[in-house]
Amino acid sequence: MVLSPADKTNVKSTWDKIGGHAGEYGGEALERTFASFPTTKTYFPHFDLSHGSAQVKAHGKKVADALTNAVAHMDDLPGAMSALSDLHAYKLRVDPVNFKLLSHCLLVTLACHHPAEFTPAVHASLDKFFSAVSTVLTSKYR
Amino acid sequence: MVHFTAEEKAAVVSLWARVNVELVGGEVLGRLLVVYPWTQRFFDSFGNLSSESAIMGNPKVKAHGKKVLTSFGNAVKHMDDLKDTFAELSELHCDKLHVDPENFKLLGNMILIVLATHFSKEFTPQMQAAWQKLTTAVANALAHKYH
Repeated sequence: MVLSPADKTNVKSTWDKIGGHAGEYGGEALERTFASFPTTKTYFPHFDLSHGSAQVKAHGKKVADALTNAVAHMDDLPGAMSALSDLHAYKLRVDPVNFKLLSHCLLVTLACHHPAEFTPAVHASLDKFFSAVSTVLTSKYR
Repeated sequence: MVHFTAEEKAAVVSLWARVNVELVGGEVLGRLLVVYPWTQRFFDSFGNLSSESAIMGNPKVKAHGKKVLTSFGNAVKHMDDLKDTFAELSELHCDKLHVDPENFKLLGNMILIVLATHFSKEFTPQMQAAWQKLTTAVANALAHKYH
């Protein structure tokens, strides 16, 4: 699966549109993931996962910042995400199925906040982008 | 068997009452075919599916999307009895249509995303969770009779 030039344009313009809200959306996507897919909470036994949790907000910002970096380096995701790739493979070891769950909730979050921009084509590009990022993050698992 | 709380049922029913089934159905199926192009394999007879605009504007896509979502409305009415409600459709999808049940999950997620675009801030994490549960349960019910 390859990101076409049109996909990259769609992803970049979405991220420009999001502007300073990326961190907030990251937190919301996490909250949605925990609410819809309770099994994902097993990776955060050390977190307060209640609504408005400062830990979830902070973690959401971390995830969003990593995605912002990925957007800036779409031509070399493996290179740009190498350290995070190592982290997920050797330390966090989040089961690969969970990346799809978070990706889906990121899409829902964006759809809620930017319905007009979230056209089918943009939706498809973002889905591909999150899928590519997930693949890189799980690429060193075995 | 899936158990829905009173709150989950109320949330689903209240949102469903405001859904334009014809419009949303077309968007849901259209997005499935755009975002996951391999799902077009089931729709050779639908004519032009060559671009986003062709798909979203295709009258057969809209009509079939309406059909599918109308059937989903049955799920909202029978949330406590999904396996029986969808038993016949399950057999149909297996024996006649030969649809991999994975596709039911993909379609379910498209329903959620289209609801999100329509209802925006009202589509809270809790609302999403209730709908997520419903679409998963319907997907399972539709797969239940596969053999």
